Amino acid sequence: MSRRLTHTLGSLGQEILLVVVILALFAFVGVYNPRFLSENNLTSIFVGNAYIAVAAIGMSLVIISGNIDVSIGALIGVLAVISGLLVTNGYPIWVAWLAPLVVGAAINAVVGCLIAYARVPSIIATLAMLSILSGGLITFTGGQWISGLPAGYQLAQFRLLNVPSPVWFMIGMTILAGFLMRYTTFGRSVYAVGSNPEAARASGISYKATVVKVFAIHGAIGGVAAVLFATQLQVIQSTTPVGLELVIITASVVGGVSILGGVGTVFGSTLAAILFAAIGSSLIFLNVSAYWLRAVQGILILATVLADMARRRRTG
Amino acid sequence: MTPILELKNITKAFGPVKVLTGVNFDLRPGEVHALMGENGAGKSTMIRIAAGDHRAEEGEIRLDGDVRRFAGPREAQAEGIIVVHQELLLFPALSVAENVFLGHQPKTAAGLVDWGRMRREARDLLDRLDCPNLDVDQKVSRLSVADRQRVEIARALSRNARVLIMDEPTAALAEADVKRLLEVVRRLRSEGVAIVYVSHRMNEIFEIADRVTVLRDGVSVGTKPIAEVTEASLVSMMVGRDIHQLFPKEDIPRGEKRLELRSVSLAGVVEDISFDLHAGEILGIAGLVGSGRTELAQTIFGVTPATSGEILIDGKPQKIASVREAIDAGIAYVPEDRGTHGIIRAQPLRENVSMAILDRLTKFSVVDTGREQSLASDAIKRFSIRARDARQRVGQLSGGNQQKVVLAKWLATDPKILILDEPTRGVDVGAKTEIHRLMGDLAKKGLAILMISSELPEVLGMSDRVLVMREGRLSAIVDRKDASPAAVGAAMMQGRREPARAGAAR
Repeated sequence: MSRRLTHTLGSLGQEILLVVVILALFAFVGVYNPRFLSENNLTSIFVGNAYIAVAAIGMSLVIISGNIDVSIGALIGVLAVISGLLVTNGYPIWVAWLAPLVVGAAINAVVGCLIAYARVPSIIATLAMLSILSGGLITFTGGQWISGLPAGYQLAQFRLLNVPSPVWFMIGMTILAGFLMRYTTFGRSVYAVGSNPEAARASGISYKATVVKVFAIHGAIGGVAAVLFATQLQVIQSTTPVGLELVIITASVVGGVSILGGVGTVFGSTLAAILFAAIGSSLIFLNVSAYWLRAVQGILILATVLADMARRRRTG
Repeated sequence: MTPILELKNITKAFGPVKVLTGVNFDLRPGEVHALMGENGAGKSTMIRIAAGDHRAEEGEIRLDGDVRRFAGPREAQAEGIIVVHQELLLFPALSVAENVFLGHQPKTAAGLVDWGRMRREARDLLDRLDCPNLDVDQKVSRLSVADRQRVEIARALSRNARVLIMDEPTAALAEADVKRLLEVVRRLRSEGVAIVYVSHRMNEIFEIADRVTVLRDGVSVGTKPIAEVTEASLVSMMVGRDIHQLFPKEDIPRGEKRLELRSVSLAGVVEDISFDLHAGEILGIAGLVGSGRTELAQTIFGVTPATSGEILIDGKPQKIASVREAIDAGIAYVPEDRGTHGIIRAQPLRENVSMAILDRLTKFSVVDTGREQSLASDAIKRFSIRARDARQRVGQLSGGNQQKVVLAKWLATDPKILILDEPTRGVDVGAKTEIHRLMGDLAKKGLAILMISSELPEVLGMSDRVLVMREGRLSAIVDRKDASPAAVGAAMMQGRREPARAGAAR
């Protein structure tokens, strides 16, 4: 019986497993403390963390292509500040919303070129970028928060059909990226390049063009995440949460994206980001110190990788 | 004389595949015993069993007349049975002396590495190999292939090798280095070391070996003193069957000229190749590993575009600067190493089959999954691929079925010219026959096929003409009726013999 159960669970994708875990968590914590399921709390879980889920979409593309990006946290910080400076210096709000997408795509296209053409390993290229961006950010802002944001700028506080806009962004971007990865030549190229660059090349797929595109798209998605991050409060912090890039990478991995490249979906990473947010909130409702969140994330990484290896052993 | 090492009645299977059946082999002290056979004949497995890497299911290993069972390579090494591998297993970042003594460094009384002694002893070993110029403190990464090989041999000697097994030691060496290596082998032989010498190169075998054993399909065909064999008799021992019976090749009328090469070169790798290929024809390419066969194929396919010469398709000059251009010109290439170049293991069969023609299945760069699915289902039927369905991951299929997926992927491009590089390597006998039958069908439909193979019987059995390559150049083009193992074998080896003869005459 238990063998059949593990077999059934194993044959399901990581995505379905995550849905089951998320629902179980909501049910369990909801029974323990009904206020966990209150509209207020659910809103804060999603609104405060949607930008992480959005950024994890781009990260998943990067990891599926066989690369990694450790600079995304710093990039989000820089793009958020750019957006804030534009709007406080009198540029139209829509410019402040769109500029981070363009700048993010441009910066990461450069990173992509370093990786694809100069053959700098992605961990090195993005590690350098992390230092450049975070160093530049703190030098430039001097640690000052940006305030005096005009009314109508707080995109993340908008609602549609009474659902906060970050949730719409999270769902919309996930579906869009899922379609891109599943049904377009570009998406197929990303999987091909990530799991077997030689075979991709022999099939007429350009490794270089694919990697540059992946990073540019990841940068633009990072721009969306930065706008959601910048517009959730009345001020823009000049720093992003410590270890944001690691949380984003963790969401991808727990979502079933293989760190070796070529395997995974963006649906998984979004679900994993939701799971993290829910766990973080539930720790408070279970009266457990919030500092345990990081430890729980670590355990989830290990559990995911071990489950993945067990699955591989069985299916070959 | 008691043999130093004796393998008796060795049988070994990997899963259902029998690799060795009742193999006998004996090695006397102070002899060079050549081991020959086609790829897949079981040479490597036999070596591995002798060296304790693999355990035989049946049979016994005798060392100095006593039956021994080696639990692993360490035990065999402790007895002085050492393998010098083809792909030299050295540590590039470490020095020569460190490599020679890795794993058994001399120690000081305090248990630390005795660098002085290690460097001195490494020096002595290298002098014994007549390499006074090799610096023991040099990093191995900075050495030539020939010098690395000397380090590897010194490493074997440092473990007091009594039996030295050399697996294709000259495969990557230039002519002058080959001569020096043979010198070293002679010297070791005179010191009483027993040497198993695996090589495809006839002239070396005749120059150095005392006896020769031939393996074929996992069976030892015979062991003979070198004086009792000729090149021709060795080739027929290795091939040994009526080729034309095994590969029922249909006669297909030759169609129009599809592909023509006019002195095509890839600087330094492939020189001055000219030939033509017609619709309905199977042109085999034979040659030793490293003769430039695969490089030629990759040049035609635009992986490494030609540096000079002209390629004509259907009589018109065609520029091929990239894989994309080659595919668009109607060329398909089924690569040699399907693991690295052919399939994407983690992806479903469907995505693999459509990979080379995705741009034809898309509208506004969105893939038409309906057409993709029917393409994959057709492929499963047409090539009788044994898969659950089109969604099964390719990594889960057997080697033969993976190869059919690669074939399906490339035939989906609807090519006029099909290049097959080792189409049946690593597939079982049943799938092999299916792939051969399929090649015949494709030729009948007017495809022009270029087939590279290391298996002489396959080349001779399937080809209308055989193009023989040697050292990056075209050595001969032989018609089917004249294509005997001896003729093709001679064209593969000739020229290699001449410098050796000149050396012997001096």
